Amino acid sequence: MAGIRESSIGIAALPATAIIYSGPAFADPPLSYLSAFGPKADSTASLTWGLLIISILVTAVMTGLVIWAIFRKRAPVSGPGPEPETHHISTFNIFGWGLGLTALILAGCVGWTMMTLAAIDQPPKTPAVNIEVTGNQWWWRVRYLNDEPSKNFDTANEMHIPAGEPVKVTLRSEDVIHSFWVPSLSGKTDVIPGQLNTTWIEAREPGTYQGQCGEYCGLQHAHMQFKVIADKPADYLAWRDNQLKLAPTPAPGDPQAGLVVFEKRCGACHAVRGTMAGGYLGPNLSHLMTRSTLAAGTLPADQGDLAGWISDPQSVKPGTRMPHVPLSGDEMQLVITYLSSLN
Amino acid sequence: MANTMTIPAVQETPELRARLDRIWETPKGFAGWLSSVDHKSIGIRYIVTAFALLVIGGIEALIMRLQLARPNQQILTPAQYNELFTMHGISMIFWYASPILSGFSNYLWPLILGSRDMAFPRLNALSYWIYLFSGVFLYAAFAIGIAPNAGWFDYVPYANQQYNPGQGIDVYAMALILLGISTTVGAINFVVTLMRTRAAGMSINRMPILVWGTLTASAGNILAVPAVSLAFFLLWLDRRFGTHFYDVPAGGQPLLWQHLFWMFGHPWVYAIVLPAMGMVSDGLPTFCRRPLVGYTLVALATVLTMVIGFGVWVHHMFATGLPDIGMSFFSAASFVIVIPSAVAVFAWTATIALGRPQLTTAFLFFASTIVLFVIGGVSGFMTASVPADWQFTDTYFIVAHIHYVLIGINVFPVLGALYYWFPKMSGRMLSERLGQWNFWLMFIGFNLAFLPMHLTGLWGMPRRVYTYGADFGWNTLNMITTIGSFVLALGVLLLIVNVVMSLFRGAAAGPNPWDAATLECATPSPPPPYNFAVLPTVASRHPLWEDRLQESDERSRITVGPALDNGREALATSPIDAQPDAILKMPEDSYAPLVLGLALSALFVSMLAMSLPGVLCSFAVGLIAMLIWLWPAGLSFRPLRTTDG
Amino acid sequence: MVDAVASGAEEQARSPSIARSSGWWGIIFTIATEGAVFAYLLFSYYYMAISSHATWPTAPLSLKLALPNTLILLLSSGTIWWAERQYSTGKSTNALLGLVVTFILGAIFVSIQMVEWHQMSFSPTSGPYGSLYFTTTGFHVAHVVVGLLILLALIGWVASGILEDRRQNAVSVGAAYWHFVDAVWLSVFFTYYLTPYLS
Ligand code: HEA
Ligand code: HEA
Ligand code: HEC
Ligand code: CUA
Ligand SMILES: [Cu+2]
Repeated sequence: MAGIRESSIGIAALPATAIIYSGPAFADPPLSYLSAFGPKADSTASLTWGLLIISILVTAVMTGLVIWAIFRKRAPVSGPGPEPETHHISTFNIFGWGLGLTALILAGCVGWTMMTLAAIDQPPKTPAVNIEVTGNQWWWRVRYLNDEPSKNFDTANEMHIPAGEPVKVTLRSEDVIHSFWVPSLSGKTDVIPGQLNTTWIEAREPGTYQGQCGEYCGLQHAHMQFKVIADKPADYLAWRDNQLKLAPTPAPGDPQAGLVVFEKRCGACHAVRGTMAGGYLGPNLSHLMTRSTLAAGTLPADQGDLAGWISDPQSVKPGTRMPHVPLSGDEMQLVITYLSSLN
Repeated sequence: MANTMTIPAVQETPELRARLDRIWETPKGFAGWLSSVDHKSIGIRYIVTAFALLVIGGIEALIMRLQLARPNQQILTPAQYNELFTMHGISMIFWYASPILSGFSNYLWPLILGSRDMAFPRLNALSYWIYLFSGVFLYAAFAIGIAPNAGWFDYVPYANQQYNPGQGIDVYAMALILLGISTTVGAINFVVTLMRTRAAGMSINRMPILVWGTLTASAGNILAVPAVSLAFFLLWLDRRFGTHFYDVPAGGQPLLWQHLFWMFGHPWVYAIVLPAMGMVSDGLPTFCRRPLVGYTLVALATVLTMVIGFGVWVHHMFATGLPDIGMSFFSAASFVIVIPSAVAVFAWTATIALGRPQLTTAFLFFASTIVLFVIGGVSGFMTASVPADWQFTDTYFIVAHIHYVLIGINVFPVLGALYYWFPKMSGRMLSERLGQWNFWLMFIGFNLAFLPMHLTGLWGMPRRVYTYGADFGWNTLNMITTIGSFVLALGVLLLIVNVVMSLFRGAAAGPNPWDAATLECATPSPPPPYNFAVLPTVASRHPLWEDRLQESDERSRITVGPALDNGREALATSPIDAQPDAILKMPEDSYAPLVLGLALSALFVSMLAMSLPGVLCSFAVGLIAMLIWLWPAGLSFRPLRTTDG
Repeated sequence: MVDAVASGAEEQARSPSIARSSGWWGIIFTIATEGAVFAYLLFSYYYMAISSHATWPTAPLSLKLALPNTLILLLSSGTIWWAERQYSTGKSTNALLGLVVTFILGAIFVSIQMVEWHQMSFSPTSGPYGSLYFTTTGFHVAHVVVGLLILLALIGWVASGILEDRRQNAVSVGAAYWHFVDAVWLSVFFTYYLTPYLS
């Protein structure tokens, strides 16, 4: 379930470090921001690496100097120390060079910061896709916007985007502050109630990129994850067309009975397109089975975990806003069967 | 009426000391202890209390580390974890980091400045009592299961009533405002002490850097603390009285909270390190057997850090969607602030290089501070860059940054200071053998725990998560951090052992065990209640090294000077040049501070309980205590000379 | 009688140290920190004013009561200044008169403020504007009330002659505080009542 990155292109600006870094010992973890997979993250990662290298050098030099200073003319620890004395030295020699060099480095870094800021402020071309992401304690509502409102659709916790295209993301919150963060593609933008923030993401290559809520938002901040899946443009369109469809009509028999239970017991919170279930408090489940995880990255989306989740959400994700809905064993089975059909 | 007078300088004698002893002695027993206004005893109380909080906060951290040692553990529930990290953060940053420095400064200022006490001894006692009661308040609530859980910066709307019912946030609000009163009162006391009661001749260019640090921190606190107290007060109004400062549906602004908090928060983080940096600046030279290199620059840098520190707060809010232009300004300011910090780092390194260092435990703590500060500093430097911070923010990279700066330039210097000044405070040396173990365990444990944490952050681990999945790549790193934390804790344990053992069995310390240059080492260890039998006159920055440094012909006078033995008296001097201009009447021991402290605490508890009678009663008691306190009791000071009218 | 200490005193004697007693410095820094509280409150006002368009009132506040009230407070600053002058030249009775007048003016200010509060069309819980207005003016009134308590103590002390004249800085300290309360009102008044006319 870890994010699979098909791309392993390193950081253009700093090939040397990237080579060292991309050795097999450093298989890049899913949320790492040391490597980048899109133009926006590229500039940021170069900057990050640059600052990191400067920092390591500064630390090495200063540590070296301190050690050298200590061992230069060490006096014995015990017994009376040497008599105090002043060696008159030119303050300029010590501070002038050091501060001058520091100021120079800093000036360079300010410049680099401003340039990066300017470079990533706007996407390179007009975004082809507009997504509105709404933070909720503790999951993400994802709405794809279209010029024709009838072609809007909702999903949750996973968003598909066309690779190689910038995508505009508008951020809303329905409760507290969250932060939208896909390290491989972009830094954080806070999701603040009463305020509309926007950001953009772009993936160079198809792949799955892990996202995570980046601002503490309560009990399940840890499990407020999401995924950005970059598809080849054709795959993206296919996915989108599928999402736009009504949920598959359940086959007669168990699935259909499951829908009835679902509408009655779950429909107040969950919506499934084309059924009576039209709730808004929870994630839209129309095409639940096209997602790979449940409850914002808490569980893999398979039947067993689905049953585990529905029968006791509070022990799987303590505090989650989804209550335990008492269902008989049969009802549970029916609902699972129905949900499993939602492709 | 007004009188012109001069005071004779006398040689100190045993009789004089005996007389002063009688004048300055605190009454014996617990009752006397409660009424004491002696800065030394208040200082030690501060230090002991703050250390207790460090240990408590540390134990909270260790429990968190157990939970995080491996993925998907269930030692703590999410609710418990959130309370723990919140309590850990606020205990450390508010109830440990600042009070510990107040403790040392309280103890040291009058000694190091060559005076008899702080400007307002009773205010000093008050500020300690309020500090103690606010801590008891916070932990009493914790003990009965009421604890804040929104992190130390307590962002709204998560901290609003709607998302955070219960009383945890209110407890935090009340306790912090109460503590703010203590901090403010203490800060005013430091500033006025500086302006009024230094030894004759202790002009500002001769003050130890510790004094500069505490002065700057105090001035900063006077201006910064109101922001956080106000922020919390408004939050309390929102939560309990239905106002709408932060309440979004009604038009309130979550970012108002962030601005107010960080306008305070950033100056605050410097306030809790500048005095500690002062300890390094004053301690290192003793062990390097030479004066600090670049004294003037270091003093200026101290002040400059705070001044710039008021203009960088937005770097905590880079991800909130502010306009690029504004952020660029704050980003640049955050880069600029590196320069004054670099001054201190270079000065310390040069002092070691140009001196003949003795590798005592205190020296090791001070010297390692340099390296830890550089590491913590450069990670701050990295986050000062806006686009990079969009990645760093709220990951363990920040957690690594804050622990390098907080532990590196607060805890480590403080422990150095403890090894350095414990002999002064107790009259006994700490064991060097245990000390070396203590240092190395802490140094290794700390770096083992927190150096890899940078990588944990770079690999994307968000902070404030109660657990994490097994396939994010953080398993080994977290295990290492947990192990390191326990090694670090072992080091702290050894320190406690050392202190306890040395109190009973330590070698006797003379007045000046390290052959240091500053005035406190001209007093016996421990110093008598009146500090100096005759008030010293200072002629240089290094009163006790003058004969050997031979920087000028002038000599400080320590055993000859005005006795001021007409009741509790101290010498007042002018703010810049420290020319004597009056004799101050110092107050006797008093219960008024204790009573006022209790009344204020009762006031805040009543506010928490929303009890109007409680509020009125405690207000009335407080008012009475204040009136008694301020009642004009004869002369408060005798001017040395006034114009006859 | 050999002493650097004493000779130092000679040099300093020009400035009467009385006005620079520790207590006086103490009140100056207390004022600084209290001043900061108001500065942050006003910051909050301006911040909300630019970011909360939707809930902000459109018409400026009426000056009918506020303007005279401001003048009353200004006047009281004058009377306490006079009282302090009188006191320092030993005219205790005049000083007492000045203090009493200041007290009365202060009390009138508080009463008018109460009336004004009652006439407001908004309340502390009606929206962010109301919350801010009442908190800010409430804080200020609380400071005036503390000022009145201080005045009361001073009146008592001066009347009973308990303040020997070397303690006269108690009057200076009280006066400094009162001027501060006055200055704060001016900035509150400017912010809440006058700036809406500017835009
Ligand atoms: C204890 C005190 C302390 C100190 C001294 C510092 C020092 C600095 N801090 Fe830190 N900071 C905190 C405590 C401190 N900080 C805390 C508690 C938080 C987190 C709050 C929270 O979110 O919980 C925080 C968070 C924080 C952030 C926000 C991060 C985020 O949440 O996204 C930023 C961003 O700019 C920052 C920057 C800096 C900078 C630039 C310095 C500089 O002053 C450092 C300067 C020093 C050096 C750089 C080393 C010496 C210099 C040299 C040897 C010269 C050569 C160097 C170079 C060329 C680089 N800090
Ligand atoms: C001065 C400040 C300070 C200090 C000293 C510490 C010390 C430590 N901190 Fe802390 N920390 C903060 C300030 C500090 N911290 C702040 C401000 C935060 C942010 C909070 C927030 O997000 O809101 C934070 C957050 C924080 C986190 C992140 C939590 C999260 O985001 O989820 C972690 C995780 O590892 C951590 C760990 C530690 C550890 C292991 C120590 C170790 O140094 C502890 C060492 C242990 C001891 C000092 C105890 C020794 C005790 C004994 C040996 C027992 C002896 C017992 C008897 C004698 C009875 N800290
Ligand atoms: C009170 C509202 C409520 C009710 C009733 C409710 N849910 Fe939920 N449900 C939620 C919320 C909120 C979430 C998001 C939880 C999270 O991720 O923290 C959720 C999440 C889910 C998910 C995971 C969705 C995803 O994309 O990750 C499934 C599946 C689900 N619910 C099924 C059900 C079923 C089946 C029922 C009825 C038996 C039901 N829910 C009843 C509110 C509700
Ligand atoms: Cu949402 Cu953290
Ligand atoms: Cu900061």
